[in-house]
Amino acid sequence: MKRSMKPASASMRAAPKSAIQALIDSKPDGAKVDRFLEGRAIPIVEGPAVTFVWRGEANGVSLRHWIFGLESGSSLTRIPNTDLWHLTLDIPHGSRVEYKFEIHRADRSEWIEDPRNPNRARDPFGANSVLQGEGYAVPDWVRPDPTARPGLLEPFGFHSKAFGGMRSGHIYLPARFRKSRLYPLLVVHDGKDYLNFAAMKTVLDNLIERLEIPDMIVAFTDSPDRIREYPNTEQHARFLTEELLPDLTQRLPIIDRPQSRCLMGASFGAVAAFSTAYRYPGVWGRLLLQSGSFAFTDIGKTNRRGPLFDKVVEFVNQVRANPMAVSERVFMSCGVYESLIYENRSLVPLLDSTGMQVKFVEARDGHNWENWRDRLREGLSWLFPGPLMFIYE
Amino acid sequence: MISGNTRAVVLLGAQRFDPTLADAVAELGVEGSIAAITAGWQEREEEDDELHDHLGGRTVNLRLHARAEEVFKNDPDLHAAHRERQAILRHRQDFYRIRLEHALEAQHVIASRAAPKDILRDEARASIQAIRDIDRMHLERCVRDHKAFEERWRPTERPAVADQIAEIAEIVKGCDAIAIAGGHVASLLNRLRMFDIAKLAAGKVVFAWCGGAMAVSERVVLFHHSPPQGPGAAEVLDEGLALVGDVVCLPQPEFRLRLDDRERISVLARRFAPATCLALPARSRVTWLKRGPKNPSGILALRDDGTHTKFEVSGAGGIGS
Repeated sequence: MKRSMKPASASMRAAPKSAIQALIDSKPDGAKVDRFLEGRAIPIVEGPAVTFVWRGEANGVSLRHWIFGLESGSSLTRIPNTDLWHLTLDIPHGSRVEYKFEIHRADRSEWIEDPRNPNRARDPFGANSVLQGEGYAVPDWVRPDPTARPGLLEPFGFHSKAFGGMRSGHIYLPARFRKSRLYPLLVVHDGKDYLNFAAMKTVLDNLIERLEIPDMIVAFTDSPDRIREYPNTEQHARFLTEELLPDLTQRLPIIDRPQSRCLMGASFGAVAAFSTAYRYPGVWGRLLLQSGSFAFTDIGKTNRRGPLFDKVVEFVNQVRANPMAVSERVFMSCGVYESLIYENRSLVPLLDSTGMQVKFVEARDGHNWENWRDRLREGLSWLFPGPLMFIYE
Repeated sequence: MISGNTRAVVLLGAQRFDPTLADAVAELGVEGSIAAITAGWQEREEEDDELHDHLGGRTVNLRLHARAEEVFKNDPDLHAAHRERQAILRHRQDFYRIRLEHALEAQHVIASRAAPKDILRDEARASIQAIRDIDRMHLERCVRDHKAFEERWRPTERPAVADQIAEIAEIVKGCDAIAIAGGHVASLLNRLRMFDIAKLAAGKVVFAWCGGAMAVSERVVLFHHSPPQGPGAAEVLDEGLALVGDVVCLPQPEFRLRLDDRERISVLARRFAPATCLALPARSRVTWLKRGPKNPSGILALRDDGTHTKFEVSGAGGIGS
């Protein structure tokens, strides 16, 4: 075989010039910038190279994002003689990144959404702009499908002895609900947020229509004080297991076996789901835990995340000291751009060692509702496989 | 081969969008009424206008799903026992699936290793044998559970069931053929068993497609190579009616099978041998007579080496692929 005598570098082609570099090299004026931006999708995605741009007068512009491990607050550079600011980052394939711009002016700074990017993600705190990196696409099953029969959402109120007050939420009944049939039960923490920011009703309607999950009854629950109630409190576990579950089982046609009961939640909601199952082993046969705030310590009791996490640390340390099979199947997901990825990865082998079946999925995304939305199909269909394998028409 | 006393069994691909059933009926010279079974459609069982029209208005729906509901209503003890058996079968399927997934994973890991060829061949055989043993054990348990149920409850002798069987038998007597549509294959199989359809099919031509084709074969294998929850493992559900032997029916291969994935196709083919795995795409069909299959059209046979080929019949009427 002939060997090339050329050095490797000589045989490599020069990387094509990025759009922003071509603009810079052309020594643009305002008119050229106008033409450059006209009709162009922003941010500019060129393979892994992503260029953020903002146009306007300011003393400085920074990119604010929530990618753990990548410095936030990186400055955009102004192209001389123009009011266009830019920053190019390498973003791995399939990434989805939420961000804002911080605009610095003489007397103040403000955080704004990217005015040139139509992609937004809403959350309880407002909205962020969304970079859809190369290889990422919003899944089709999160969008309303006119052919999918819609289920019904009904509000429910409930007096809890455990909490000594009213609890409310919504019950989802599948489109073809019949009282003579029996259904699995899914109990969701932060129910309103899952409905409002993770399109969960649409997702349920679509996945049921596609036979990817079975018809199921879903209780969307909410807490008036999730920061206090969700990190492993006895009242919360009692409320779900000794009050809500028997009440729903009595009122609705629910399959009365652990394999058909699932608790799910994200962040502190995942801690609430897991700690409830831990307090009532064998009752909840399925768990769906998204970006769980599973902080722990290897030595001492003080966690870097602060006092809000003290009860979580206490709980997770307890689990680590005494791991046991509390459920049958556990689906966990976490974004690799979250600081919690370390804690979640650490938990997987521990849970696995107990004999529970554990599936862990990572995504190039952060600690946000659309990340949790995008993992619903895989999680729900793994915990509750639909009749797809049974139906051959 | 076909078992029992059916005249012929015709297996067809999906009929939903481009039906070929009427052609098959004409080819077999069936001119009289046809008993239709659409129990796999469950609550939509009686929405069979298209099927009725397609067969020239000659169908009489046996309403097996609705009849089963009537049985359960009139015989609550049997209903409770039925539910209990179904719960047992679900447990069996869950545990079988756990064992199966580990065995399939082991097969894949071993197949990916580098080692001398003869050792790899030997280990590959052992991997497949381990999977076959798990399949066989599961099937034996299902059969045992069914037998225990039948012996304890003797459902066909209970008035709620016996009356329905008598009515069905009367209808089928006036028909030349039985047409079994697909749908929910477990539900369909359950109703076919409850009303002893295998026995009533004696002397008739049976047309069966999709889930119907699976249900009339010896062994029902659930499959999907890319379900949303991750790599799908084909799993044995239960024994079928065994009106047709020596084949495993795999309908809708267009979107359920990765025919270009040689490793997975090979595992499927070897796992169920000596039965032949037949992929039944839309518009495909084959007629099974006492002496064997005849006039196959559009059917694909999966081969041990992971390829697939047109399903053909050898001169003697046996299976050749």
